Amino acid sequence: MVSKLNSLPGPDDIYREVLPNGITVLARPNFNSPSVVIAGYFEAGALFDPDEKLGLAEYTTISLMRGTKTRTFDEIYQALESVGASLGFNTGVHKSGFNGRSLSEDLPLLLDLLSEALTEPVFPKTEVEKLRAQLLTGLAIRAEDTGDMASMVFDKILFKDHPYSRPEDGYPETIQNIKRNDLVKFHREHYGPRGMVIAIVGAVKPEDAARQVKRALGRWQVKGQKETPDLPPLKTLKKTVSKHHRIAGKSQSDLIIGTNGPTRQDSEFMPASIGNNILGQFGMMGRIGDVVREKSGLAYYAYSSLSAGLGPGSWEVNAGVNPQNVKKASDLVVDELKRFVQEGVTAEELADTKANFIGRLPLSLESNGGVANALLNIERHNLGSDYYRRYAGLVNEVTAEDVLSAARKFIDVDKLAIAVAGP
Amino acid sequence: MKNTLTQTTLSNGLKVLLKEVHTAPIISSWLWYRVGSRDEVSGRTGVSHWVEHMQFKGTEQFPANLLDKAISREGGSWNAFTYIDWTAYFETMPADKIDLALRLESDRMVNSRFLPDEVASERTVIISEREGSENEPLFLLGEAIQQTAFRIHPYHHEVIGDMADLHSMRRDDLYNHYRAFYVPNNAVMAVAGDFDTQSMLARIKELFESVPAGSEPARLVRPEPPQNGEIRLSVEGPGSTSYVQVCYRFPSASHPDFFPLSVLDSLLAGPSNLNMFSGGISNKTSRLYRALVDKEYVVSVHGGAQATIDPFMYTITMTIHPKRKPEEALAALDREIERVKEEKVTKEEIRRAIKQARALFAYGSENITNQGFWLGYAEMFADYSWFETYLDKLSTVTAKDIQRVANEYFKPQSRIVGTYIPQEGKS
Repeated sequence: MVSKLNSLPGPDDIYREVLPNGITVLARPNFNSPSVVIAGYFEAGALFDPDEKLGLAEYTTISLMRGTKTRTFDEIYQALESVGASLGFNTGVHKSGFNGRSLSEDLPLLLDLLSEALTEPVFPKTEVEKLRAQLLTGLAIRAEDTGDMASMVFDKILFKDHPYSRPEDGYPETIQNIKRNDLVKFHREHYGPRGMVIAIVGAVKPEDAARQVKRALGRWQVKGQKETPDLPPLKTLKKTVSKHHRIAGKSQSDLIIGTNGPTRQDSEFMPASIGNNILGQFGMMGRIGDVVREKSGLAYYAYSSLSAGLGPGSWEVNAGVNPQNVKKASDLVVDELKRFVQEGVTAEELADTKANFIGRLPLSLESNGGVANALLNIERHNLGSDYYRRYAGLVNEVTAEDVLSAARKFIDVDKLAIAVAGP
Repeated sequence: MKNTLTQTTLSNGLKVLLKEVHTAPIISSWLWYRVGSRDEVSGRTGVSHWVEHMQFKGTEQFPANLLDKAISREGGSWNAFTYIDWTAYFETMPADKIDLALRLESDRMVNSRFLPDEVASERTVIISEREGSENEPLFLLGEAIQQTAFRIHPYHHEVIGDMADLHSMRRDDLYNHYRAFYVPNNAVMAVAGDFDTQSMLARIKELFESVPAGSEPARLVRPEPPQNGEIRLSVEGPGSTSYVQVCYRFPSASHPDFFPLSVLDSLLAGPSNLNMFSGGISNKTSRLYRALVDKEYVVSVHGGAQATIDPFMYTITMTIHPKRKPEEALAALDREIERVKEEKVTKEEIRRAIKQARALFAYGSENITNQGFWLGYAEMFADYSWFETYLDKLSTVTAKDIQRVANEYFKPQSRIVGTYIPQEGKS
């Protein structure tokens, strides 16, 4: 039952073309199912948001499909939903992005809608106001969500005075401050083809996919598209800072304990990533899951994660626990972090995680969406088109010493950010 | 989707479905048991789900820790689900590593230990899982509706179980449930992916056929009597957002009316997605979105049809607009429900619902884990041909059928209307 199929993308099957207006097109064919995925990003993230209008970038992206020069809101979704397709926009700190899918026969339509939304949105006043009520309701629900609130409080501690401390979806008062004209202006100043990347994966030949992008977006030109501002330096914590955000009437509290982590391009990224897997993911959530869930029965979920992007990331442990067990769980987690930076990882743990990273790669790349994300990952972080083919080598060269020094570089158990949201 | 399917039943009653899919070097193996919260009596609610947790706690051959590690080391992905009608375990592995999953499943079909210490620590894990759910207004509301909708039928409680039972159940309650339902003649093994059918079948026989058949598990037969009159209920809790859920009684998935109702669901609220590992699509041109969200009665509306063995519910969930009252949203909803009863829908709307279903099927067939899921899932309430002929059955639906089922199933006197009333600042 040994297979000859190779599912890892590489230089021989990743198509890449940069259009004259600056848009990078990535494509990889997959004719196993008659469907296609598009995904991409452009340089209009929440970094541009003024403090008093936080949420502006996101408000702009979610307004894009509420009406264009060509179609009304209803006409846009009529076209999309009638063929079972989907298209949506999202906002991150550095970039905003989009995801869509359709049957491959409907790819031209999907790209037309993407193009109209990006290049000619009209921000109809009534739609903007409808969205405002939806955003405010979303924020009211967020205020009651222990996981969301713990995460917000955590970012505020860890990224104090840094743009990463700000929630991309803003606050009720900043959403109230945003006028329709702010959306128009944000779109005019920050949307443009420079820095935009689109990946198309599915039942379409790459050359055809590129031709279709050219047809839909090749003529887009924007003068004076603003450069993304530089990030200010990060102030690291001088001592452990804990905050408890009260939400009354809840049965469970969310707990986050963590520190800063590497950027995606740091040399410590791979050792930290392997270390994190041992700490709080491998098997049933690694060492953290073993201590907090399996041995103590304190939580249904208790795991660690590394979030590494263009700027400094975070390395955090998350757990949902009974309000009375917050202290107990927190102590267990801190003890595990101590052990992690003192003793490092064993040869067996390291071998297990390496095998896990290499073995699971084909699974993460089996769907069109998984491959599209991989192509964007390569592009965004300049990993090289042979990255996934080299991946096993990159994993295997990490030593236990590399993991320990990455752990010690980022985790100082006397300088942790600890956030709790719950009763 | 034209790959051939092999179906057979082993001498001990284990049904086996195999589908070769040679698109990636991956195999997804699913073992389904016909046991869920429908098989639970008061005092032991949540036992099926707890047993599912205990299946990860190890056997002699694969002790708990080794089990997780063995799968993860090979790059596999595995999980389990407990539902009202069934419990399913899956492993998706690199093709040359699937044998580990097969050995593990055949072993834990009979050899799980249910050690008292493990039962004790899992008790608090599950209580914590329930507490996490209780943080969500829609869980609280849904639970209240379900227990009201089903007084007789065992669909009356949530899969996670009642807190009282999670505190009081004993190790032997769990173990006896396991022994009664985890028998090959009550299970379906479904495997999809990059394998050769003959050698896969030979290996499954080798590993599973020695497991002896058990007695046919006893079932609770307690059909819910007809509901004669609308029921309204409310749940109060923290927050500042109101929700309304309107639940109509729906037939089982094997009932012919399920198909016109699926089309109706699609045009009322956007298509319900039957894939477990692939997202759905937006519903912004559905009738309810236009009538309720566009008109600002609610900020979101969703419909959910579920494929079940016995008649269950169709749930419409509305998040109420901050400037509206729940009754206003309900009145606007009722106008749309009346409209599908009084006026025939257009052919275009039906054509559209079918295209949506076709697209969702195509998305679902992109990944092998989801294909493995489909194989066994349909067996739980019908058989695999239910899926294979799903699109054909939708395409025979007429506007007349839809009007008929709208009148038959969207009856005010057999619905339940639940409202979540936020108690801002009071709790």
